[in-house]
Amino acid sequence: MNRLSFDKVSVYRNGKAILGPLDVALQADGITCLLGPNGAGKSVFLNLCHGMYAPDKGTVEWNGVAAVSTRMDRSFMFQSAAVMRRSVWANVAFPLVAQKVPRPERLERVLEALAFARLVDQASQPAASLSGGEKQRMALARAWVTRPKVILLDEPAANLDPGSTHALESMLHDIATKSGVIIATHNLPQARRLARHVLVFTNGKLAANMAADSFFNQSHTGQVADYLEGRI
Amino acid sequence: MKILLALLFMASAAGAQQRSMVLASTTSTQNSGLLDVILPQFEASTGIHVFVVAVGTGQALRIAQNGDADAILVHHRASEDQFVADGFGIDRLDIMFNDFVIIGPKSDPAGISEALSAGQAFANISSSQSRFVSRGDNSGTHLRELEIWREAGLSPEYDGYLEVGSGMGTALNLASGLGAYILADRGTWLSFQNRGDLALLFEGGAEMINPYGYVRVDPARFAHIKSAEAEALGLWLTSSAGQAAIAGFRIMGVQLFCASGLAPPDQQNDQQGTCAAGALQR
Amino acid sequence: MDTLSAAWFLLIGMDADLLAIVSLSLKVSGFAVLYALILGAPVGAALAIWSFPGRQVLIVVFNSLMALPPVVVGLSVYLLLSRSGPLGDLGILFTPKAMIVAQTVLIFPIIVALTREAVKPVFREYRGLLVSLNASPFLVLRTVLWDARFGVVTALLAGFGRAVAEVGAVLIVGGNINGLTRVMTTTIALETSKGNLELAMALGVVLIVLALVMNALIYSISRIGLRFQEVRE
Repeated sequence: MNRLSFDKVSVYRNGKAILGPLDVALQADGITCLLGPNGAGKSVFLNLCHGMYAPDKGTVEWNGVAAVSTRMDRSFMFQSAAVMRRSVWANVAFPLVAQKVPRPERLERVLEALAFARLVDQASQPAASLSGGEKQRMALARAWVTRPKVILLDEPAANLDPGSTHALESMLHDIATKSGVIIATHNLPQARRLARHVLVFTNGKLAANMAADSFFNQSHTGQVADYLEGRI
Repeated sequence: MKILLALLFMASAAGAQQRSMVLASTTSTQNSGLLDVILPQFEASTGIHVFVVAVGTGQALRIAQNGDADAILVHHRASEDQFVADGFGIDRLDIMFNDFVIIGPKSDPAGISEALSAGQAFANISSSQSRFVSRGDNSGTHLRELEIWREAGLSPEYDGYLEVGSGMGTALNLASGLGAYILADRGTWLSFQNRGDLALLFEGGAEMINPYGYVRVDPARFAHIKSAEAEALGLWLTSSAGQAAIAGFRIMGVQLFCASGLAPPDQQNDQQGTCAAGALQR
Repeated sequence: MDTLSAAWFLLIGMDADLLAIVSLSLKVSGFAVLYALILGAPVGAALAIWSFPGRQVLIVVFNSLMALPPVVVGLSVYLLLSRSGPLGDLGILFTPKAMIVAQTVLIFPIIVALTREAVKPVFREYRGLLVSLNASPFLVLRTVLWDARFGVVTALLAGFGRAVAEVGAVLIVGGNINGLTRVMTTTIALETSKGNLELAMALGVVLIVLALVMNALIYSISRIGLRFQEVRE
């Protein structure tokens, strides 16, 4: 049960609204895809969802509690995820250290997450030595290791080859059986493969908010059509 | 923070048990090696270890004024008397003396080896515009040099006059490099290794005598002053044992310091006449 | 040639006096680096991580303090530790402790500035992750310092180099007392002033050899760390 609500939310940069005013109520279970052109506000929306910062106006809440005060319930994977200057193992273990999870439990959960990401053999390698696809899988394992209620991902497969993208997507499908997943992506085929629900942003506003089935099987007009047909 | 301090103090906790004192002295006594020879004898008879901080006379007086030394062994009588008069020191003692000498290039362009007095030698140097290296550091040697200029009625403000603001050895190194004249104490000169083209050109005369005095810091001014130790050192330095140790100190067979209490000088085996008293007869 | 052979004999002969001087040099500068690291590294990291009023001023101040002449540091610490000074009751003037204090003060700004430089790129990379994990300030500090550790080693080397090579500060607060506070640099200065130029130079060569060994040691350790740093194309 992950009920997300945006209530009259606006975010400004240099006096200009880059998001909002926005009202959204969303049951964030399964995979929700955020679509829209660059600068439409997907990243800002994701940051607000995680509670990286509070909106300039309005409230962002999960099940009625402000997002900024419940960050620990969720994980955030950035577009270029930080590769800590440590071993793969230490990278994945780090969120558990931050949450002061006791060592025996930590070992067990890191091992599980590494197995899930198929990185057990690379556990003792410096994370910097991983390939691009492996790095993203490690970052996803690091996001997953805390057993968050919701995982937020910003373009996680932006620079990956098809094989690596496929590996990442199958991990996301697994995760979505237990947690909510919200993912911003440019890749329409990917959204089609993943999404249970779709939000489309244009110019900082919500242009569509509907189940993926109906979104991909109906014809659109206006800005959504412009976006889907590559005019914006 | 406490741990840090504890660590800091652990860093050098050793050797704090022995009785000891700090003596602020001049580079001339230290560099010549005198103190390295006589202080172990003092330690052997009293068990007191003396830590020597060798600086210029001016800095030694300043260190003592701040209470950072227990006694001083310096060579500028007027400053020592002032130190006592100002209430910092007590019981000034005459310990020893040697003499100043004028060093210069072997060719002696100013012709000072023929001079009749130090004042005349200085006059020759300045009138020939020869280079002269001055310590310029308020040391005993520097103060004496200024007195010689003043007593000769001269001002050392000419082009070749270089105030280097350094210790005796550094100044000698400079004089050696520049081929300049310089006033030096005989002890440092004798033990100085980098002479190059320099030679001893003038010696003798009352104004060249260089007496060393021992003054201990008034324990009434600072509670921490090692008064008993400082008193013991003064007593030993003026004792027959201490005086004999000073008179017995030789570098390459040459006596460097004359013990004040052991006149006349011929009794100090002063064969080469380096004892200032011998130079007096010039 | 004379100097080199003299240095060679000093090194292989390594008599008790020289050994004491060399080990005091290493001990004083080593402790100074250690304390400056303990005090300075968190300050440097904090300057890289958090913005607060006066931060820019502090950065400029610490950068300028790097240029502080050792003599000035020595004099300040002398006035502090003098019996007539505010910390005179400690009674540590003219002891190795005073020398450690002076060198710690001397290299503290170096450690601060270089640690800040080392931490900056690491924090830039980690910032989002750390915020998203709700990391406590202490964890942030610990994490970036640890992951910038190979850059901090450079700061350490620079600090040690400056400490072990300086003569002005230790001369004033240590007094160059034979057998107590005499280190390599003050011995070199002393022998130079005695005109023993060959011996002084030989000691200088010994100092360089020691510095070389230290640097090679620490450098090879830090090479291992390079593997952990991401090469971004």
